[in-house]
Amino acid sequence: MKILAPVKRVLDYNVKARVKSDQSGVDLANMKMAMNPFCEIAVEEAVRLKEKGVAEEIVVVSIGPIQAQETIRTALAMGADRGILIQTDTDPEPLEVAKLLKAVALAEEPSLILMGKQAIDGDNNAVGQMLSALLDWPQATFASSLEVTGAVAKVTREVDGGLQTLELDLPAVVTADLRLNEPRYASLPNIMKAKKKTIDIKTVDDYGGLTSPHLSVTKVAEPPKRVGGVKVDSAATLVAKLKTEAGVI
Amino acid sequence: MAVLVFADHDNVTLKDNTHKTVTAALSLSGDVDILVAGQGVAGVAAEAAKIAGVRKVLTAESEALGRQIAEAVAGAVTPLMADYDALLVPATSVGKNFAPRVAALLDVAPISEIIEVVDSQTFTRPIYAGNALETVVSSDPKKVITVRATAFKAAGEGGSAAITAVDPGPGAPKTRFVSDELVKSDRPELAGAKIVVSGGRAMGSAEEFQRVIEPLADKLGAAVGASRAAVDAGYAPNDYQVGQTGKVVAPQLYVAIGISGAIQHLAGMKDSKVIVAINKDGDAPIFQIADYGLVADYKTAIPELMSALETVKA
Repeated sequence: MKILAPVKRVLDYNVKARVKSDQSGVDLANMKMAMNPFCEIAVEEAVRLKEKGVAEEIVVVSIGPIQAQETIRTALAMGADRGILIQTDTDPEPLEVAKLLKAVALAEEPSLILMGKQAIDGDNNAVGQMLSALLDWPQATFASSLEVTGAVAKVTREVDGGLQTLELDLPAVVTADLRLNEPRYASLPNIMKAKKKTIDIKTVDDYGGLTSPHLSVTKVAEPPKRVGGVKVDSAATLVAKLKTEAGVI
Repeated sequence: MAVLVFADHDNVTLKDNTHKTVTAALSLSGDVDILVAGQGVAGVAAEAAKIAGVRKVLTAESEALGRQIAEAVAGAVTPLMADYDALLVPATSVGKNFAPRVAALLDVAPISEIIEVVDSQTFTRPIYAGNALETVVSSDPKKVITVRATAFKAAGEGGSAAITAVDPGPGAPKTRFVSDELVKSDRPELAGAKIVVSGGRAMGSAEEFQRVIEPLADKLGAAVGASRAAVDAGYAPNDYQVGQTGKVVAPQLYVAIGISGAIQHLAGMKDSKVIVAINKDGDAPIFQIADYGLVADYKTAIPELMSALETVKA
């Protein structure tokens, strides 16, 4: 079985996003970038499926600037086999990303597309679902557990109020939630080995190109700042204030 | 323009997220219909018909819709969009699961988790876990939008819309439902609760979390929440998690106990009307956004709080 794992290069999880003073976007210049954490979980799950003998090959694909090679290299060091970079300096919206990934899926013919549930920059939570719809493959989003037996994936999903378990006929799209696994740190020998693995550099035109965007961002602003209130000296004062001042109890 | 609102329900009860999404829809158009997709949803549809300002209620029923399988829901909704200019879906786990599929099938760009309708093409939505707000203009002839319900007031009652059945669509032939494991609780639902009491890593154990947080929540008639740190440590179940990767809440009163206030947590609760923080570390970031802060060890503060509440309620 072949697994396709799309990954995105984003502002590092530990770095606080700062809005540019001209409100044109979030300042990414000279910021630490890293693999989107949900993508990392998806790659880890793919590698575990390979270690269990369920998967034979893991292909990692990223759409982004030339530096996204580093993100692919990280996935290769975790245990993926080869990479594809669809190089673009634009920031394609989820619909375009889903269309490019569909073209990659048709060329690579994976049995499973394993990807993050959302990227932590745009927080759209859309590409996996759109890709599944465009391919007419079944989907399971927000996965917290995944088992593949023959041509069926059994996926437990995190839903409001608990968990839901589904069975999908492969090929299928599964998106990873936070609790699917804890990604490994790549070992030094694996980082060295990853340097020898292939990354094919492609253009968007190799996969059908980009159409004009449907969305335009006119402003990116700081959220309204919440100002701290007062410190109270005791639980009794707190209750009194909640009752008389705030009127919430 | 006409707008279709997707109802949030569990086949038995209509959820308040629907009323809030109707408010967002009414700011786009006076022609707002509601779709109730599920199984055995006559009661839910009757509730939806009472929402003020709703033109009509559509029902689509099948087994796969009853389980709210994304492929089935998108299959039922997409053909209906021939008659609508926008689809508004509460950003629940069901809504987020199927709405992007509808967008892909219509070849439009979905707009996720809006918190404001600026005009019929322009919406505001949080990005970077709420650290920035993006204003986005859509050029699509049909809009597919998920709505962060906590950002909108609930529409009132008093309507009497007609109810019509529509085609439930082809179902989900390649996806099978296996099981649900839903947490049963008599407490209010976290996402819509008026008061939320949340515990953090300071609780130290699941037993302590239950001993401290749950009685206080019950005394206040509150839902129980937790920080990611508390959930990851196993002190509270996954679906208690408030924050960037958990639930986004905006209750009248949010009580954070032993929660330091990591940015991921603040993203999930900073729009609460009143925030109370109890933490023994006076420098904890949670105090920067709390309306009322009490610098104290929860071990002494919570019993005092319980007895002070007793006095007030008496």
